Amino acid sequence: MSEVAIVGVGCVGFKSIMPELSYKELMFEAAVKAYEDAGGINPRKDVDAFVTCAEDYWEGFSIFDEFVPDQLGAVLRHLFTVSGDGLLGLANAYMLIKTGHFDIVVLEAHSKASDILTFYDIVAFAMDPVMVRPLGGNPYYIAGMEMNRYLCETGTTIEQCAQVVVKNKRNALANPYAAYGANITLDQVLWSEPCFYPLKKLEISPLSDGCVVMVLASEKVAKKLTDTPIWVEGVGWATETPNLETRDWGRAVYTELAAEMAYKTAGITCPSREIDFVELSDLFAYKELQHLEALKLCKYGEAGMLLEDGIITKDGDLPVNVSGGCLGMGYALEASGMQRLLEVVLQLRGKAEGRQIPDAEVGLAHTWRGIPTATGAVAILSNIKE
Amino acid sequence: MSEKIKSYPGFRIRTADFREGKVPYVAYRPKVRYAWSAGIAMSRFLEELKNGRIIATYCNSCGRIMVPPRVFCEECFKPADGWKHVKDTGTINTYSVSFIAGDASRIKEPIIVAVIDIDGASPGMGILHKIGEIDWKEVKFGMKVKAVWKPPEERVGSITDIKYFKPVKEETL
Repeated sequence: MSEVAIVGVGCVGFKSIMPELSYKELMFEAAVKAYEDAGGINPRKDVDAFVTCAEDYWEGFSIFDEFVPDQLGAVLRHLFTVSGDGLLGLANAYMLIKTGHFDIVVLEAHSKASDILTFYDIVAFAMDPVMVRPLGGNPYYIAGMEMNRYLCETGTTIEQCAQVVVKNKRNALANPYAAYGANITLDQVLWSEPCFYPLKKLEISPLSDGCVVMVLASEKVAKKLTDTPIWVEGVGWATETPNLETRDWGRAVYTELAAEMAYKTAGITCPSREIDFVELSDLFAYKELQHLEALKLCKYGEAGMLLEDGIITKDGDLPVNVSGGCLGMGYALEASGMQRLLEVVLQLRGKAEGRQIPDAEVGLAHTWRGIPTATGAVAILSNIKE
Repeated sequence: MSEKIKSYPGFRIRTADFREGKVPYVAYRPKVRYAWSAGIAMSRFLEELKNGRIIATYCNSCGRIMVPPRVFCEECFKPADGWKHVKDTGTINTYSVSFIAGDASRIKEPIIVAVIDIDGASPGMGILHKIGEIDWKEVKFGMKVKAVWKPPEERVGSITDIKYFKPVKEETL
């Protein structure tokens, strides 16, 4: 079976709002950049299949998949949409190439979150209609409950969680694709508005608009299109139960399972030794620590200490979210995983400019689909072909 | 029911039973509201509708004049090369007559919906709209039609600034 490489990336955004462009125009711009980056491929002829990622309720369209071909050069061609995060789309694109029937596959995900006027009501609509919805309230209380249980089980402190925000927003200052870079203090986070105890306002990733398009290719074709193919070594995904009453509130089990799957494919046996840097979902500050543990990059409950010891900062042994994460780039709905993947690709190409991690060879991208889901995905990438 | 079957086993549930709370169920009305960014192409298009004109974009590679306008040519996959006003007349490409309203009730005055190839745009390019001032039985493929605009003070920058298209004689165009 052929190896799979990412050979082109294009990104527009991320910004808090992008009213100047329609979602079609946003996607077109990102696609043009990605095709140019992939050696100037022509999507009308060279691409074998297109995979896009979108959730109808985020878009405000029924059957949104029908509205995506034109702006990607995919009209009258072979396209389908995954109702999920960009990394779930990556898993599909990866599998298409692995079949041997597809040499070039395009992957797209975007966020036009600023078009949604009733964001929290749509999140509430994702809750169980019999058991949970009638109780009312803002569904982000789920994050508060999870954070509370996580702190209780692990002894992680509220200061450690708040420090994640300070780190990631500072990292975002060096990332031109980040919407929410800022130089803030621990106290500013700790004293920000209490929202869903113990979760505070600055610990919640604000929404952002943007689009990422990527071009994937089989080994044979990848080498013709680029000198720096970034190899997809493994992908994994998993979903825990939707039942809020029975899910594990301390651990991110969905991420543990997704990581196990990806590590197995990639042949990784000791993640903390074999992975050089990580981009993961920090939709809420505590999620960075919880996900780091679920990815088996440290023991359960130890991520806070890793942070205090400076290990997961930009200059540490295991940099985490050098891009700024969701806290720094903004929560981009189904494009969140693509933000993580984009940073991994840029770092592995050595093109991350002011935030470049020296000698990075293996990177991990992780995503979580947000409240109220328990769905995660993981991808392992490398600039060295095994 | 048939000759042989006079009644089915079980209890029949009527709409009224739900209304009267005899059947337990959960009702929920989601609050989903959006304000889509029209973007570069559609913003100009809507603005021109307000002016009583239809605007297109064109592509110099394939030569197409595209209505509704877009900032890219999806055939050539390149940015469009410019703007061009087209006429507010066209021909009926296809049509249907809707005797059923959105809530599935029957309507007395049927709605004639049609795809209209706009004059000045490339073949097969046009607008989906309603046809008026004609009995539905008289509608024909290839029939020439012209936009009936709302008065300027009532236009808001919407596709409904055109009330409908009405049939016109070829020579009057």
